[in-house]
Amino acid sequence: MSEIQGLGHSRKRVEDMRFLQGRGNYIDDIKLPGMLYLDIVRSPYAHARIKGIHTEKALAIPGVLAVITGETLKQFNVHNMPTLMSDVQMVLPIEAVKYQFQEVAGVLATDRYTAADGVAAVVVDYEPLPVVMDPRKALEPGAVRVRDDKESNHIWHWEWGDRQATDQAFAQQDVVVSQDIYIPRIHVSSIETCGCVAKWDPLEGHLTLWMTTQAPHAIRTVVALVTAHLGLSEEKIRVISPDIGGGFGGKVPVYPGYVIATAASIVTGKPVKWIEDRTENLAADSFARDYHITAELAGKKDGTLNALRFKTIADHGYTDAAANPSKFPAGLFHICTGSYDFKNAFVEVDGVYTNKPPGGIAYRCSFRVTEAVLAIERIADIMAHELGIDPADFRLKNFIRPEQFPYQSALGWEYDSGNYAAALRKAMDMIGYESLRREQAEKRARGELMGIGISSFTEIVGAGPSKTFDILGIKMFDSCEIRVHPTGKAIARFGTKSQGQGHETTYAQIIAEELGIPADHIKVEEGDTDTAPYGLGTYASRSTPTAGAAAAVASRKIREKGKKIAAHLLEASEDDLVWERDRFYVRGSPDQFKTIQDIAFAAYTNHPPGMEAGLEAVDYYDPPNLTYPFGSYICVVDIDRGTGEVKVRRFVAVDDCGVRINPMIVEGQIHGGLTMGFAPALMEEISYDENGNIHGANFQDYLLPTAVETPRWETGETVTPSPHHPIGAKGVGESATVGAPAAIVNAVVDALWHLGVRHIDIPITPPKVWHILKEKGAALEE
Amino acid sequence: MSKHHIQLNVNGLPVEAEVESRLLLVHFIREVLNLTGTHIGCDTTSCGACTVHLNGKAVKSCTMFAVQADGGELRTVEGLAQNGKLSPIQEGFREEHGLQCGFCTPGMMMSALALLQENPDPTEEEIRWAISGNLCRCTGYVNIVKAVQYAARTMKSSVPEQQPEAVSA
Repeated sequence: MSEIQGLGHSRKRVEDMRFLQGRGNYIDDIKLPGMLYLDIVRSPYAHARIKGIHTEKALAIPGVLAVITGETLKQFNVHNMPTLMSDVQMVLPIEAVKYQFQEVAGVLATDRYTAADGVAAVVVDYEPLPVVMDPRKALEPGAVRVRDDKESNHIWHWEWGDRQATDQAFAQQDVVVSQDIYIPRIHVSSIETCGCVAKWDPLEGHLTLWMTTQAPHAIRTVVALVTAHLGLSEEKIRVISPDIGGGFGGKVPVYPGYVIATAASIVTGKPVKWIEDRTENLAADSFARDYHITAELAGKKDGTLNALRFKTIADHGYTDAAANPSKFPAGLFHICTGSYDFKNAFVEVDGVYTNKPPGGIAYRCSFRVTEAVLAIERIADIMAHELGIDPADFRLKNFIRPEQFPYQSALGWEYDSGNYAAALRKAMDMIGYESLRREQAEKRARGELMGIGISSFTEIVGAGPSKTFDILGIKMFDSCEIRVHPTGKAIARFGTKSQGQGHETTYAQIIAEELGIPADHIKVEEGDTDTAPYGLGTYASRSTPTAGAAAAVASRKIREKGKKIAAHLLEASEDDLVWERDRFYVRGSPDQFKTIQDIAFAAYTNHPPGMEAGLEAVDYYDPPNLTYPFGSYICVVDIDRGTGEVKVRRFVAVDDCGVRINPMIVEGQIHGGLTMGFAPALMEEISYDENGNIHGANFQDYLLPTAVETPRWETGETVTPSPHHPIGAKGVGESATVGAPAAIVNAVVDALWHLGVRHIDIPITPPKVWHILKEKGAALEE
Repeated sequence: MSKHHIQLNVNGLPVEAEVESRLLLVHFIREVLNLTGTHIGCDTTSCGACTVHLNGKAVKSCTMFAVQADGGELRTVEGLAQNGKLSPIQEGFREEHGLQCGFCTPGMMMSALALLQENPDPTEEEIRWAISGNLCRCTGYVNIVKAVQYAARTMKSSVPEQQPEAVSA
């Protein structure tokens, strides 16, 4: 019999066999008979009135079948769509465009080359309008107004915590530090771009939508709600997420292309494919960050922290389309008290419109946690440096202590479990912290620039408990349905959708652990709304905390029924049965047992009188709390005084994500997350010129780390189980992306502090550092 | 649009087709030959998801026309496994968890294989440079490097030992 391969096994991945042989089934691999191609005309201007769209030349090209404009969609009232934050997003514009590369028209043709010819032949008359690109300027009186349907560029004000008590605490403390921190706009850039194939069957009135989506079930409901007036009905909408080539949050939102392709299929009665190119993906899809933060801390001269106050201006682009849980306009930014025991805290955020594309949270992070962590870890480091306290000692002094868990934060969260000092001490041991400090002192005496940076982060993931977490009213549970077959094998289906996390492998391990069925005999499926139970999808590190928990609970429901069957087969009382690994045995007589295979067979062939046949269960898991993964990262950098280049010499990451299901996969997630933390710290940024032209709309300008720049990550672990999760797991997919940037920036600033450098905004590029070195007289010049 | 008749060998089998002058090699592979293991991730020859072997060299098939492959020997990811058995490079990626979403993987393996064909015993630095034209967003490259090292070891050990030259008495 095969090995069970439950929790803690570095089981090789099931999904690899198809990916390694080129047999994955990604969106652009789907090819249907008679399929048409959609390509999109996009605006060269960041703000312009549309005076006319001339389609004659395009329509004259053989193979071009139609040009779809806002007016076309208006006939069906789908030219606009609601966003998840109760705002409005244009699918195609009627009057004006609001950002560069905004969708203006769709061209439908028989193949992708002809569709591109059609796009080139559409002539649009624009009247350029003034733009506003800086959200701080957008709030000034007389600023260009981005939205004609709104009074101003101010979208909302959100605040959390006790303002008055925090202000009072600030007035009473010995030391106050303050720092403006800009966290620039970045883009997830999964290597697969977004796309869909829409297939409308006019005879059946049935829509099948293959789509690069991380949340297929929610998409089905949204489609049903916004098309109800057209006669579409939810049971006749099937959304299928095929294999997804990386998601990281970028495949949560609904983009206009999906809607145009669907409309085009309904109008033509033919399948329609739309696949973005890289520039469209970078220039128009959901971004992340763009937070202008003023961070302040107050405490005592001995380094004891007391109060935190953050004020933030959030650039949302032209509409608020952040894919947040509905009650959280600034996401979970109020985790910003981090790993420290603050008595008082207050945070406020103002959302602002600018002439940029919408979005806001998509970059491997649980709703603004990265912004929170970078800000607290930066300002804490500044305070430590200002007080002349070693940053490690400063953290150890202020950490929430193990005995304080479950810990109630000043901003209202209940941290489930943690041992922050243990993780930091382990990272310090691994990297040899004390000797690095000595080396740094020696090098500094010789004029060499070396820095050591720490980030001790606390995450908040697994959204979320239904009392506060919903998206458009749909509670943020997730689900697992298990059917055990007569021969003791099983199929399990989930409401989530893997994008590389390895769900087909790890979910089977959870069930294997709980039921004793070998993981190799448990088939895992997700992504098809016709077959999988309803769930909110995979993002914000929620799969393990929600659907992973559902797998354990559904397994336990099966075990409960199995116990009754075993009692029947063994002619024993249920009370006398003991479960071990893959069987129930009679207490005191371990040779009298029935395995899960015996039980499964009996469930279909010899079930007890009065009991339903079959062996299956479904669980919709509503988490009682979020989970709080944490860790401590230490980074060592050397700075080249001749070029300004920052070289990450070592990077040690100690992560605590609770119980690890598959250590190999957890480590892989951390490696990838670290690289997506390194990237914005040193390389990636989407910026714009004063006319709204994007910088970074292709991979030659928007720099993803290659194998050459990426450091050789060193990883370690501590294990503090989540007390409320059925298997004690917390989620790990995003921890490293959240925790890494601060360690790198802190290391760079640590290397330069003695020169009078207090902070550098990311990305810390060689030119930026070079200018600072020159200004401080520390540059080596010819 | 003028058309051209091309003939080439793809994964060991002869192929003939009429193609438009402007048809990119990657679209020929994916849409004409229906070999969808070769992927497209950018439009600027940056990401390497489309890497295949043409006449034994790794090339980015998004930056060549199909007609330029006329008369050539083309090898794609579908040509790696033999009789259902994974090749050493595929085995390396599986054993060392060198892939996550799998989208960059075919191109990454083709670049790595081209390296190992030229340099059977590369250093870590050489591996990192050799795959620096291939972007991966999931793995952080650590396990990809290990996968290539695994393949290098396997390929070396599967080469038959050289027979000592006969010594004449």
